[in-house]
Amino acid sequence: MSDTNNNSGAVVPAVHIPPFSLRRRVTDRMMTGVAVLTVVLVLAPLFAIFAYLIYKGIGSINIAFLTQTPKPVGEPGGGMANAIVGSMVILAIASVLGVPLGIGAGIFLSEYGRNRYGDMVRFVSDVLNGVPSIVIGIVAYGLVVMRQKHFSALAGGVALAIMMVPTIARTTEQMLLLVPQAIREAAYGLGVSRWRTTISITLRTAASGVITGVMLAFARVAGETAPLLFTAFGNQFWNWKSDQPTAALSLQIFTYAISPFDEWHRQAWAGALVLIILIVGAVAAVRLAVRHGTLAGA
Amino acid sequence: MGVGITVEHLNAFYGKTQALFDINITVLANHATALIGPSGCGKSTFIRCLNRMHETIPDARVEGKVRIGDLSVYNGTSATQLRRRVGMVFQKPNPFPTMSIYDNVAAGLKLNGFTNRKQLEEVVQKSLHSAALWDEVKDSLHKKSGASLSGGQQQRLCIARALAVQPEVLLMDEPCSALDPISTGKIEELIFQLKEQYTIVIVTHNMQQAARVAEFTGFFLLGKMIEFDKTEKIFTNPSDKRTEDYVTGRFG
Repeated sequence: MSDTNNNSGAVVPAVHIPPFSLRRRVTDRMMTGVAVLTVVLVLAPLFAIFAYLIYKGIGSINIAFLTQTPKPVGEPGGGMANAIVGSMVILAIASVLGVPLGIGAGIFLSEYGRNRYGDMVRFVSDVLNGVPSIVIGIVAYGLVVMRQKHFSALAGGVALAIMMVPTIARTTEQMLLLVPQAIREAAYGLGVSRWRTTISITLRTAASGVITGVMLAFARVAGETAPLLFTAFGNQFWNWKSDQPTAALSLQIFTYAISPFDEWHRQAWAGALVLIILIVGAVAAVRLAVRHGTLAGA
Repeated sequence: MGVGITVEHLNAFYGKTQALFDINITVLANHATALIGPSGCGKSTFIRCLNRMHETIPDARVEGKVRIGDLSVYNGTSATQLRRRVGMVFQKPNPFPTMSIYDNVAAGLKLNGFTNRKQLEEVVQKSLHSAALWDEVKDSLHKKSGASLSGGQQQRLCIARALAVQPEVLLMDEPCSALDPISTGKIEELIFQLKEQYTIVIVTHNMQQAARVAEFTGFFLLGKMIEFDKTEKIFTNPSDKRTEDYVTGRFG
């Protein structure tokens, strides 16, 4: 330390920091402008879609639309009540099957999958994420429809569940990895077993992130049409059995939109608006419930 | 009541790197024992071998014998069973962030299947008293999250959480290194009281702290235990030259 030729004791050399020049001020303003512009560009399509849907669809939404089944062509009135309920049933089946499986896979990847086997699961899950949804529909057709010998809500639910799993698995993994190791150690230190720590501590700490991932996956499959074409198939009448062909909003919109009838077109717009409201409503409800259960300072 | 600890020929490894070499030590029940030494000397690894936290790190392993009271740590005892009797306080306060203050303290018992609410409430209250935190948090037990407390309070919360499981030994891995002098003072005072009921092993970088709280002190260097003796002897008249160099500040 006393050796003065050594640099170790030296103070950082003084640097000249230039004054805040005009060029820097202009660049600062420009970059802020660019940032704002990108936000507008990202949000614009969303608002455009919303506005257009409301404009086109709101006129056809009435009590009959929400409570009646479709009427034959030419007969005025009728609604999509069976499709609204059908969509809810199919999504409920998909969530019951897909959410536990996805979260389970995510837990495996984060807590036990730091190895070659985990890498394999990660790769397969990413590939599954990229498989076209119609192909997944064919898989569900082979798995469920061929065996049951008829189309069903169950088959549609299975197809959507398969689509949910990889998204949920990867987001759950990421969220669990964000939980500091120190939190797990705290639980181990209290004599809590590994699986109990994973469920009651790690998963609970990451809960809000995991739920966001689940809602993302839910919102994504809620509007899917292709995987339902030859699984749920659609239905013009009420159906309360999960092993029978079932109507879904997305299918109904598809059928009505490609039809040559103006009345059906109007109903398709209304159906699209209802579908979006349902999705936004479900996501908002879950968020609210999560926020309600959180503590001050957490 | 605290129990004694006996360690014989303990070797610890991280993969192929050996971190501890043939450690032998006897820790007396109901006393505080401090472990000192420069960074990376193995004192944290050693303390983590006592409650089998070392093996939670991938590729880590341990050889040798450790006895805590009547338990043989590496022979016939499950890690979870052992850790219920050997509590640990970590370097950085690590309360469960999504749990209330109450739930943090109750966590150890609840997660181990304890369900009697009334008794649970008593234990939580007693543990917070023992950790000298009760007066500061008694009005917000259920309202506030453990993470909303100050650093020093969080560390005392972690001590309360460890005490709630009613361990016989309390391991403290540099419990004050992230705290200001006032909080440090509070924790040291606490250690002084706690050793009446628990056996305490504390790792510290602060030699004054070791001198203040511990009856016995062990000096670690490069994975070996150089000297283990009464704290007074270590700091005033050590037998080993390397210990003397360290405690007088000539290196490290």
